[in-house]
Amino acid sequence: MSEVEIKTALDSADAKAPPPKVNKWDEAMLELKKAPWSAKFGFLVIALYVFAAFFAPLLTPFGESEIVGDSFLPWNETNILGTDNLGRDMLTRLLYGARNTVGIAFVTTCFAFLIGGVAGMLAAILGGWTDQVLSRIVDILMAIPQLIFALLLLTIFGTSIPVLIVIIAILDSTRVFRLARAVSHNVVVTDFVESARLRGESMGWISIREVLPNIMPPLVAEFGLRFCFVFLLISGLSFLGLGLQPPTADWGSMVRDNATLITYGDITPLLPAGAIALLTVGVNFVVDWFLHKTSGLRDGQ
Amino acid sequence: MQKILNMVAQRLTLGLLVLFVVSIIIFLGVELLPGDLAEAMLGQSATEETLAAFRKELKLDLPMHTRYLEWLFNILQGDFGKSLANGREISELIETRLSNTLFLALFSAFIAVPLSLTLGVLAAMYRNTFYDRTVNILTLSSISFPEFFIAYILIFVFSINLGWMPSLSNVSPETPLGERLFVSLMPALTLTLVVMAHMMRMTRAAIINLLASPYIEMANLKGLSRARVILRHALPNAWAPIINVVVINLAYLIVGVVIVEVVFVYPGLGQLIVDSVQNRDIPVVQACSLIFAATYILLNLTADILSIISNPRLLHPR
Repeated sequence: MSEVEIKTALDSADAKAPPPKVNKWDEAMLELKKAPWSAKFGFLVIALYVFAAFFAPLLTPFGESEIVGDSFLPWNETNILGTDNLGRDMLTRLLYGARNTVGIAFVTTCFAFLIGGVAGMLAAILGGWTDQVLSRIVDILMAIPQLIFALLLLTIFGTSIPVLIVIIAILDSTRVFRLARAVSHNVVVTDFVESARLRGESMGWISIREVLPNIMPPLVAEFGLRFCFVFLLISGLSFLGLGLQPPTADWGSMVRDNATLITYGDITPLLPAGAIALLTVGVNFVVDWFLHKTSGLRDGQ
Repeated sequence: MQKILNMVAQRLTLGLLVLFVVSIIIFLGVELLPGDLAEAMLGQSATEETLAAFRKELKLDLPMHTRYLEWLFNILQGDFGKSLANGREISELIETRLSNTLFLALFSAFIAVPLSLTLGVLAAMYRNTFYDRTVNILTLSSISFPEFFIAYILIFVFSINLGWMPSLSNVSPETPLGERLFVSLMPALTLTLVVMAHMMRMTRAAIINLLASPYIEMANLKGLSRARVILRHALPNAWAPIINVVVINLAYLIVGVVIVEVVFVYPGLGQLIVDSVQNRDIPVVQACSLIFAATYILLNLTADILSIISNPRLLHPR
């Protein structure tokens, strides 16, 4: 941990006083070159998905829910991957799915980190009753399995995208809270935080300038992992017909809608599922490498 | 001994308390509905009189805490109320499905636990070899796969291409055991692949952690074989974390069944809860959630207690 602290401390010092200017971009590229093939593969996959998400409308001549022909057309020249159960172009839906499924999972994870991170840091810095109350709430929320809790809440509030994002963000923020609280706890007891307190710095200053930079590396790694969980959970819910609703193109519901094709020996419905798996594998590889680099959080080889 | 008993009693009380709070949350969730259950059920077109009559039938006119206590008391006696969708007794709906789900989870556990422990020990024994790296990459990938992906790949390979297994797992209470095992093998394998990675990695990590300790070095210096050092010297001390992770994964199995049951159309509790969420059949969803949550809490509690018993150091928290 101490090495990380020093490193981040140095980094922030660099940002303030640029003279010994080491180009950050070059440095990052150099690190990347030394990365194992699995991490490079992960970065490549992520870049590919981001590209597909941003340029989906340019990559395909068809609209997201445009009906272009008969249903369940086999692979052919105009519809490269055939059509789905309603006659929409499969490849188009796949590309738009990158935008919808990945985008919503990403937004949800950001919210989860905002809620969990802030609450976790507050609990660690304030301690006492705030800590007790927040921690017990999280204990209770974590005692109910996430998928079941999500199902219960979706029954009550109905399935719409904002509801989905809020529910999953809150449920997932409990895990972020635990980590943020634990790592901030180690920082809060250090001398530099104590001296900031004695200087009379405000709570906000202490959390943003002293604590946050020191808990960044584990939080960044956790962001990757949480994203995978959220992504899988949302895809799972969509697969059950309870996540993103039609006609939005979404990988989970694409598998569900076209699953009958599998019984005829056609692998097309497996493609969206594979797309989900590939992205999660990619992110996991990157996170694994990042964890090895920054700390010994995971068991090394 | 006294200390262990105290500790266990303490954990049990805490577990019951959590269960109690969870039941309140599950019950109160419905109160958050815009309008109330009667309005949600009958829709906008219902007249005031029918609403009032329906409220009376559902006992919605009573105060909240009375209804909660009555609901809890009935459940403790095995009465979950009636389904809104078809008016059947929920306990009747749940009975066979719960045993089906438990059967599937247990079956998967019987495959997954020995398999992942063996693979984990082997990975620790042949650390940093080609075998270890392959297993590492494979398990890392298998955690990343959505359950339905694994399920459909198995269906595609074993049911469609090879034609060995049925792609639907229809079981009824009359199905004989042999056939039941056969038709639920595919869902069980899917679940195995889902939970195995975590257990295997933890087994490997727990053993490798111990390999750095002096008594293992001593055993090595005595000239014992590698297998003997790991199996007889390292493994016994690694049991605590391993048992813990196994039980936590069993808890995960209970929840993981939901998606797998839907893929294989296996008549279990997971199917029921998904169908009921789609119909917004709230009493059934409440009942299923409570059962899932209770199993989950109990298993996590077991993990907690087992790890205290198997590691006396935890009795003296600093």
